[in-house]
Amino acid sequence: MTFEYKVQGGDFTHAGYASSQVKKMLKQLDVDNVVIKRVVVCLYEAEVNIVAHAWDGVISIVLETDTIFMKLTDNGPGIPNIEQAMQRGFSTASHEVREMGFGAGMGLPNISANADKFLITSEPGKGTTVEITINLNSTAV
Amino acid sequence: MKVTDIVEKLGLNVFSGHEGLGREVTGGYVSDLLSDVMGHAESGDLWLTIQTHRNVMAIASLKDISAVIITSGEKPGDDTIAQSNQEGIPVLGTELSTFELAGRLYSLLN
Ligand SMILES: Nc1ncnc2c1ncn2[C@@H]1O[C@H](COP(=O)(O)OP(=O)(O)O)[C@@H](O)[C@H]1O
Ligand SMILES: [Mg+2]
Repeated sequence: MTFEYKVQGGDFTHAGYASSQVKKMLKQLDVDNVVIKRVVVCLYEAEVNIVAHAWDGVISIVLETDTIFMKLTDNGPGIPNIEQAMQRGFSTASHEVREMGFGAGMGLPNISANADKFLITSEPGKGTTVEITINLNSTAV
Repeated sequence: MKVTDIVEKLGLNVFSGHEGLGREVTGGYVSDLLSDVMGHAESGDLWLTIQTHRNVMAIASLKDISAVIITSGEKPGDDTIAQSNQEGIPVLGTELSTFELAGRLYSLLN
């Protein structure tokens, strides 16, 4: 099964929509709760990164019997230094975004802690692609 | 302990999400940083925060938080209230600071 969701940069009112849809779907499929939680953390953080840092993007979810593959592709400023972006506490979020409680620089570390496979590719000035894979039938990270 | 017991014992306001007052409380988490809650809160936790916007509810729902408690007399926004009612996750309030409320809550739960 493949699903697609569009994400609009700056639109914090709908942030988390895709994550909540995917969570419902996995619950219906009786996926282990611990695994669902890891999927939700990864997808929410990646979704919010498009809202907070990019212009617009597409989330595609490929659900197979034993894995979920989530690919988030955005048009945006890209990430000039991915290693730096991955560091806990590093954030370029605006003051307004920080005031809402986003922009703590914990999003990418959260994804890294919860994904089985995690890949970021980025072209500065163009956009970023985040690819996350989680095995659905094992609870260990 | 249920959300409603906590409301009663700590004299909290119930802003919204009355349907969820019977949710079971298993712990608490204190943070105003959303990714911190995303990464570390457990399902069944009460979440103490001074954040009042609707993304709080999105996270509360995704993490299966039992209820949100807004401290220091802050009030939830209208869309936060609407989403709380929709999700059936209560938004509670107190005039107490996060520090004071967390202290009372901790002794109540432990
Ligand atoms: N999709 C994206 N487009 C552009 N920059 C991004 C994107 N995702 C992450 N970044 C960059 O990586 C940094 C760290 O991301 P993250 O760990 O999620 O923390 P935060 O979002 O709280 O700043 C961001 O502040 C931003 O500079
Ligand atoms: Mg982020």
